[in-house]
Amino acid sequence: MPVNGTLSAIVIVLSLLAGVWALVAAVRDRAPDRLQLIGLALVEVALVVLLVAAAIAVAGGDRPASSVTFLGYVVTVLCLPPLGALLARLEPTRWGSVIVLVVCLTVPVLVLRLHQTWQVVTSG
Amino acid sequence: MAERALGKGPGRVLIAVYGIFALSASARAAVQIATKFSEAPLAYLLSAFAAVVYIVATVALARGGTTSRRVALVSCSIELAGVVAVGLLTVFDTAAFPDDTVWTDFGRGYGYVPLVLPVVGLLWLRYAGRRKAVAS
Repeated sequence: MPVNGTLSAIVIVLSLLAGVWALVAAVRDRAPDRLQLIGLALVEVALVVLLVAAAIAVAGGDRPASSVTFLGYVVTVLCLPPLGALLARLEPTRWGSVIVLVVCLTVPVLVLRLHQTWQVVTSG
Repeated sequence: MAERALGKGPGRVLIAVYGIFALSASARAAVQIATKFSEAPLAYLLSAFAAVVYIVATVALARGGTTSRRVALVSCSIELAGVVAVGLLTVFDTAAFPDDTVWTDFGRGYGYVPLVLPVVGLLWLRYAGRRKAVAS
């Protein structure tokens, strides 16, 4: 499979872990802490690694079913962690943690969709 | 402080969710229009329209102030009307929408968030507006 399943899984797990931490902070009425921002940064790094792997696969001749759709998801998902970090910094209350949670729940959905746009090709 | 209440606290979460939807709706509309516009022009123009409404709502919520509040109220209302209208259309007349938009089947492809979001937005506008009236 061109888009490595393990890499996708790593992104999803990282994102969900950061999300759980943000949820704990929100429930405890805590503002986003350094760990949440580090979590978002790690998710972004993992996303970049995933997409570099995808780019290498494309260079190797594999193509997603629709390159434009794939690119659309790539652009969207890459924007999310920075966007979440920015808004979380602007909102130093529990609601900032809720924002991080929302972002961390959205990233896995987009990664799954990203994965689907590619699997169409491998399965036929 | 009262004027900015719209984009603070829970309001900022709302901005984040609207921002995500503005982003994904725009990306989807751009992809649809770039790759297969001729297949279903109506559905894809609707996608683009939905994206614009989300962008306007995001900006209005973020800016706050009397005018933005009004703009947010209008865009949330259009959104609610849009998701209900398109939802009903797609249930009763599938042929009219051969491909998905954000609002197809009441936003099922997006976990029904498009249906819930404008309602939450309108409630928040009402709540923040009332708090402003009390403060001033």
